[in-house]
This record gives sequence, structure tokens and C-alpha cells, in this order.
Amino acid sequence: MDFILNEEQAILKGSVARFSADLRAAMDKKTVTAADRWGRYADMGLLGLPFDEDFGGFGGGGVETMIVAEEMGRHLLADPYVPVVVVAGRLLADHCSEEQKAYLLPRVADGSLIVVPAFGEPKSRYSLSRVATTAVPSKDGFVLDGRKAVVLSGAAANLLLVTARLSGEVGDEDGIGVFLVPGDLPGVTRRPVLTVDGREAAEIVLDGVRVDKTAALGTLGRGGAIARRAEEFGVAALAGEAVGAMSAVFDMTVEYLQTRRQFGVPIGKFQALQHRVVDMRVALELARSIAAGAAIAADLDNAQERRRIISAAKVQVCRSGRYIGQQAIQLHGAMGMTDEYGAGRYFKRLLVLSSLYGDADHHLERFVSASQYDEGGALVA
Amino acid sequence: MKFAFSAEMEIFRDEVRAFIREKLSPETRRRVEEGRRLDKADYVQWYRALHAKGWITPGWPKEHGGTGWTALQRYIFEEEVALGAAPPVTAGINMIGPVLIAFGTEEQKRKYLPAMRQGDLWWAQGFSEPGSGSDLASLATRAVLDGDAYVVNGTKIWQTQAHYAEMMFALVRTKPDVKPQEGISMMLIDMKSPGLSIHHIKTIDGGQELYQCFFDNVRVPVANLVGEDGKGWSYAKFLLGFERHGIAGIGLAKRQLNRLKRLAASETSDGRPLIEKPRFRDRIATLEIELLALEYTSIRLLQEGEGKGPGVESSLLKIKGTELRQEIFEMLSEVVGPYIIPYDNDVVRSGWGHDEPVGPDYAATLASNYLDSRKISIYGGANEIQRNVLAKSILGL
Ligand SMILES: Cc1cc2nc3c(=O)[nH]c(=O)nc-3n(C[C@H](O)[C@H](O)[C@H](O)COP(=O)(O)OP(=O)(O)OC[C@H]3O[C@@H](n4cnc5c(N)ncnc54)[C@H](O)[C@@H]3O)c2cc1C
Ligand SMILES: Cc1cc2nc3c(=O)[nH]c(=O)nc-3n(C[C@H](O)[C@H](O)[C@H](O)COP(=O)(O)OP(=O)(O)OC[C@H]3O[C@@H](n4cnc5c(N)ncnc54)[C@H](O)[C@@H]3O)c2cc1C
Repeated sequence: MDFILNEEQAILKGSVARFSADLRAAMDKKTVTAADRWGRYADMGLLGLPFDEDFGGFGGGGVETMIVAEEMGRHLLADPYVPVVVVAGRLLADHCSEEQKAYLLPRVADGSLIVVPAFGEPKSRYSLSRVATTAVPSKDGFVLDGRKAVVLSGAAANLLLVTARLSGEVGDEDGIGVFLVPGDLPGVTRRPVLTVDGREAAEIVLDGVRVDKTAALGTLGRGGAIARRAEEFGVAALAGEAVGAMSAVFDMTVEYLQTRRQFGVPIGKFQALQHRVVDMRVALELARSIAAGAAIAADLDNAQERRRIISAAKVQVCRSGRYIGQQAIQLHGAMGMTDEYGAGRYFKRLLVLSSLYGDADHHLERFVSASQYDEGGALVA
Repeated sequence: MKFAFSAEMEIFRDEVRAFIREKLSPETRRRVEEGRRLDKADYVQWYRALHAKGWITPGWPKEHGGTGWTALQRYIFEEEVALGAAPPVTAGINMIGPVLIAFGTEEQKRKYLPAMRQGDLWWAQGFSEPGSGSDLASLATRAVLDGDAYVVNGTKIWQTQAHYAEMMFALVRTKPDVKPQEGISMMLIDMKSPGLSIHHIKTIDGGQELYQCFFDNVRVPVANLVGEDGKGWSYAKFLLGFERHGIAGIGLAKRQLNRLKRLAASETSDGRPLIEKPRFRDRIATLEIELLALEYTSIRLLQEGEGKGPGVESSLLKIKGTELRQEIFEMLSEVVGPYIIPYDNDVVRSGWGHDEPVGPDYAATLASNYLDSRKISIYGGANEIQRNVLAKSILGL
């Protein structure tokens, strides 16, 4: 294992850090619209991160993704980078025809097309195979009917990547397709809702939506696996984003302990609080390391090993994130409960990150099923 | 030692339960159960009902309208009120009421106690300041005697429901050059006094209940001083330590645990009720076991301490009770899966109305409730401070 960034990665980190800080400052001054912001990502070349150079990208992998996501988390950027570039972007790059790629990827990279995954459903919780939305073959394509739930940036998106069932029962692994659905097609209704961290998500109804044959991506019927693979990239990226958020709120807390005075001294003089920040730091370091592990693992071909590490990362990051977020509020006293003070905003972002693409229990289960134990209890995976 | 409460206590419990079922507005009950925010009207309706029954001030001495209940009866009452999803009793009744009874002038008693018993008089607690939270004795709001009034300057912060309050009981500094604790006085301040302004502070859960209060040459009649000048600190200690039978919040925890189980039974995971998932079920069961142990601890400490004032045990019960409730709220934030993410502050307040809910209708308040739950280990003496108190007592320091 090697956790040290190479020279190019270190440069990327530096420039993304500056970019994110500038964007944050502009957001705080309320001088940028969502479209302006997205344009800035495009200008930085970040929207093409996973794509080949031919398509306007720079062929970045898991580690580059983590670098970007971490800075976004640190500065609490609110843009749908992970759903669009990491999850949808990867899926498009891996499963579109050459012709589709030539059209779509440069447009994702230049920011003119926003594509988001719409995998979840009202009753699917975190499973990607509990797809009740149906895709019925028609003369020249498919007709889609069903509902998609909590689709981040689902109302702002131009294109939706919809999983829908071609055959079998809800919960079957096989028989699912992934379809590229323009958001403004007749029969698509999108209801935007606010999220607890101040972003937008949509509840989507598909009512007799007609798409043509080319809308079906990848091997027909293997959509569950396709979506899951794309979501794995997303989980690894979210881990990085969460680490950024945790480290920022940790730094805020340390600074508060150094400056807030009670009983005539900075409250950081109290050993109870000193030990608490140490435990927070331990939680942060564990999360940071395993998020880096997941970033590397995201590019592995060995599916079982990849899944183990990525799910392990989500579990640890959820735990660390809850602990750090809760303690950050606690150590700020009543100030931590205020909307104006930043700790609460990080707390809310961490809540969302822990509940997106599978929570700790979900990934614990995936971790266990990806880890095989022999009769003596030793890990044989 | 016996397993059950006595028959009389069970009869008493049934009586309390029946009263709540009959007299608490169903609308208020629903709002409390669903974790929605309450309006002043919700409280007022309930206080009126308590007053009519003679149960609004159980902890006060009998001659002032108390019920004369035993500690166990009061514990049962508080548990049932929480379980029955009634609004909590406000700062006035549990805090300043007993202080006025013990240390107030006859005029103050006449003026305030009857109105409080009717549920009509609302108080803000004016203790904390920007620079004085855990270290309350460092408070800096000044009161200077000028003829028949004190002139108050400074600021108080984090006053809960100051926008409802007609009066504030405040700690102010009347003597600057003595030991910090000895220069503090308690006074009763009319919220409509010229020079007093309140500013809303929005909280992370979207709530609207916290305020900062500013005092600009506010004149407070000398008649509004509580007890003696310079004795405010000891009254505050009396008040904060007063009758904390319900401090573990057993009834509150039980109600949230029931809610958790109900939602976990109605949510599905992989096509099965979530509550059947061993991983989730065992986590709930573990919390339930801890709650049972805490409930027994609450009752045992109460019985062992009957007749004595509240001791340091109240710190122990506060620490464990708040942290356990926070864990239950944390699990409640997981129970709906991704539907914890959508959040609409208006819906938290008023429900979905005619709109179709986003996800299950019960999901809308869970994030807000989880965020809000972080306060319970901060206010009423932060848990770190409670641990300091307990440590000193255990170690004899
Ligand atoms: C298995 C074992 C092998 C060892 N081998 C060696 C060896 O090879 N050579 C050698 O020289 N020594 C050795 N030691 C001794 C070891 O270094 C000491 O035990 C250690 O330094 C702690 O000192 P103490 O045991 O006197 O505990 P104390 O210093 O008396 O501490 C008692 C408790 O108080 C806590 N404490 C003390 N001060 C503070 C503080 N300021 N703030 C908060 N908490 C505090 C401690 O953490 C501990 O929990 C060994 C000990 C063990 C258990
Ligand atoms: C929702 C809410 C409602 C409130 N309502 C009221 C009200 O109606 N009226 C009112 O007067 N006040 C109210 N308060 C204020 C409350 O009493 C204070 O928040 C509390 O006393 C803590 O003070 P602080 O917030 O200034 O935190 P600080 O005292 O600054 O503490 C910050 C952190 O340091 C820790 N700490 C401080 N000193 C020590 C120490 N010696 N050792 C170890 N750790 C320490 C604390 O535990 C905390 O974690 C309310 C607070 C909240 C959150």
C-alpha cells in the first residue's frame, strides 16, 4: 500500500483546495448561481475527471476523485459532483456506445449536460435490486413506469439514469436495465424537495415514458450490477467528501477550544475536553485512512476485494462522522446548536453523507457477505 | 423488594393516564407524538386542564397548591405525562415558583403564584450570557441601584421561549467588587420593560425557540428583587437542584423507543419489515435493556433518597438519560433510510397538509428531531459539568 500522493496528485490537491475555497467564499457572498458554480467546475476541468482525454477528460481514477471530493467536503460545496461526475459519469463512460460517448461525455465535461443516477425507489431503501419500476419493450424501444426516490439534483438534471425492471420479481438481481431518460420527456414528473443539508433532491414519477432502444445502456438485464458498480465509485467518493467535512469541523472545534474561555481559562485546558478532541482526532485519522483505501480499491478489478474495502470504508466513515459531528456540537455548547454557526452545517452534511448510497448497517452487511470466514473463524477472502 | 408497584400506585397511574387521555387535546398529542413543533396554544390548553384538576404544580408545598404526592407518585405522574405525549411544564413552574415560595415577599407570592397556577404567566430563564455558560458565576449583566429601581445593562442569551414570556427571572450582578458568587442577585423583570429587546436565534433543527435578550438601561423596581441582594447565587442553586424526579426522562425515552419500534415495523428492508433484521432489532433491544436498567436505577435512587433532597444522583440520571435518548434519536434518523435526507421546515411545523408526503409521512420530522436532540446534553448543565460534579463527589475531592 502507498498512501503518498504522487506529484501530479499533489498539484491537483493544491489547485482543487484553492478552487474550493474561492467557490465557498463566492457562495458566502451569494454572488454565484448554481449554473455559475457548475461552470467553474467545468473551467477547472473537474467535470471530465473520469473520462479519457478524447472526451474532454483527464482519465482520473479513485484517488483523484477522492482528492476533489475531500476539498468539496471541507468547504461544504453544495454541487452534485459525486452523483453527476462520479456515479453517472463512470456509468456512462463504461456502458455507453462509442457514438453515445462521443456525444455525451464532452457535454458532461463542459457542464452543458447534467446527468444523475435515479436508482432508489420509495420502498427500495438502499437495495439496487429492489426495482419495481418497469420497462416494457415496445415497437421501437421501451415504456417506463414507476417511481424514483430522493434523486439528488433530480430536478436540475437534463438526463436521468433510471433503473427499471424488464423481467423477474422485485428484488431479483437479474432482469434490470439502465435507461437514459431525458428529464423533460412526456410522462416524467419531478417534484423537487429541499434536503437537510440545503440541497435539492427530487421525487420522480415515470408514467408511460417512451424511450428508444438506444436509451438502454450496457448489457440488458444486468442493470443491478451496473448500477452497483457505479455506486461503488460514489461510495468511495462520499467517503472522501465526509473526511473533508469531518476535518473542517474538527479544526473548527480545536480552534473553539483554544479561544472560548470559561472559568478564566480557554476550555481546551480542561482534560475532559482534551481527551475528547483526541478521540475525535483518532476517529478522523481512521476515516481518512480507510477512505484513501477505498479510493484505491475503487479501481480494483477484483470485485470481492473492492466491495469489502469500499463497504468497510462506508461503515467506518459513518461511525467517525457521527462521532465527530456530535462531539463538535457538544464542545461548542449552545453555540453549536445555532444555525448561523458553521458546526451545525457540517453536522447536517455528514448526516446526509452517511445516509446516501447505503448507511452503516447496509454496508456492514455487504462487508460481511464479501468477507468469507473459514471454520476456524479466520478470514479467507 | 418487590417486583410490582403497590396496588395504590397502579390505581394512581391509571387515574393519571385516564386524565391525560381525556383532557389533552388530541391535536396537541398528535403533534408531540409526531415530533412537530408546538404553538403557545398547545401549552395553554394543557396547562388549563392541569390547573382545573389541581395538578399543575405537584412539586409545590401543599398550602401553595401542591398535590402532596410522594416522590414515587410524582415520578409516575411525570412518566405518564411524557408517555401520554403532553407538553412539558415550563421553566416558571418548576424553577422560579419554588424559589418565590421559599424566598419571595408576600407581595411577590400574591402577584405571581396564582397566575402561574392557572398556566397564564410565562417566564423566561435569564441566566446564561455570551461569556457565561458553564461558568455562570462570571456573569456580567449589571444592575445598579438608582432610587426605587435597579438599572440593568447587559445581555442574556439562549432564553427558551422568550417570545412567549411575560416575565424573566434573571441573575444580575449588583456588587462588582466581592467574590463573583456573592455579587449576584436574582430579580424579576417584566419583558415589556422599556429598553429590553429580544432577538431570535435560529437553531440547526430549524426551530424558533431561542432568543438573546438585550438590556439597555432597563429599570427594575426594587420590589422585584428576590430575597436579599447578593444572595442570587444560592437561590439559583436551590432552583437548579429542585425536585428532579423525572430528570432521567424515562417516559420520554420510552415514547421515542416505542416510536422507533413502530417505524421499524412499518419500514421494509429487502422486502421484510426492518424490525426483523437481526442487526437492527438487536440494536433496538440493546437500547431497551439500557433503558430498563436506567428506569430501575431512577426508581431505586428515588426510593433510597425519599425524604432527602436531590443529591448528586441527579447528575448521574441526567447524563445517562440524555445520552440514551440521543442514541434513540440517532436510530430514528436511520430508520427511514434515504428519506432522512428530504427536509422541509414548514412540514416539520405543520405537516404535509394537502400535499402528498415525500416518502412515509412520519419521515418529515425525524431529521429535525435528531438535530434538536443534540441540545439535551448541553442545556440544564452540560454533561461534562455533570461529570465533573459527579467525579468530585465520588472521589471526595
Ligand atoms: C506489562 C507491563 C510492562 C512494563 N514494562 C516496563 C519496562 O520494561 N520498563 C519500565 O521501566 N517500565 C515498564 N512498565 C511500567 C510502565 O511504563 C508504567 O506502568 C507506566 O508508565 C504507568 O505508570 P504507573 O503504572 O505508575 O501508573 P500511574 O502513572 O500511577 O498511573 C495510574 C493511572 O493514572 C493515569 N494518569 C496518570 N497521570 C495522569 C495524568 N496526568 N492525566 C490523566 N491520567 C493520568 C494513568 O494513565 C493510569 O491510568 C510496564 C508496565 C506494564 C503494565
Ligand atoms: C436549547 C437550549 C436552551 C437553553 N435555554 C436556556 C434558558 O432558557 N435560559 C438560560 O439562561 N440558558 C439557556 N440555555 C443555555 C445553557 O444553560 C448553556 O448552553 C449551558 O450552560 C452551557 O453553556 P455554553 O453554551 O456557554 O457552553 P460553554 O460553557 O462555553 O461550554 C462549551 C463546552 O465546554 C465544556 N466545558 C465547559 N466548562 C468545562 C469544564 N470545567 N470541564 C469540562 N468541560 C467544560 C462544556 O460542557 C461544553 O461542552 C439553553 C441552551 C440550549 C442549547
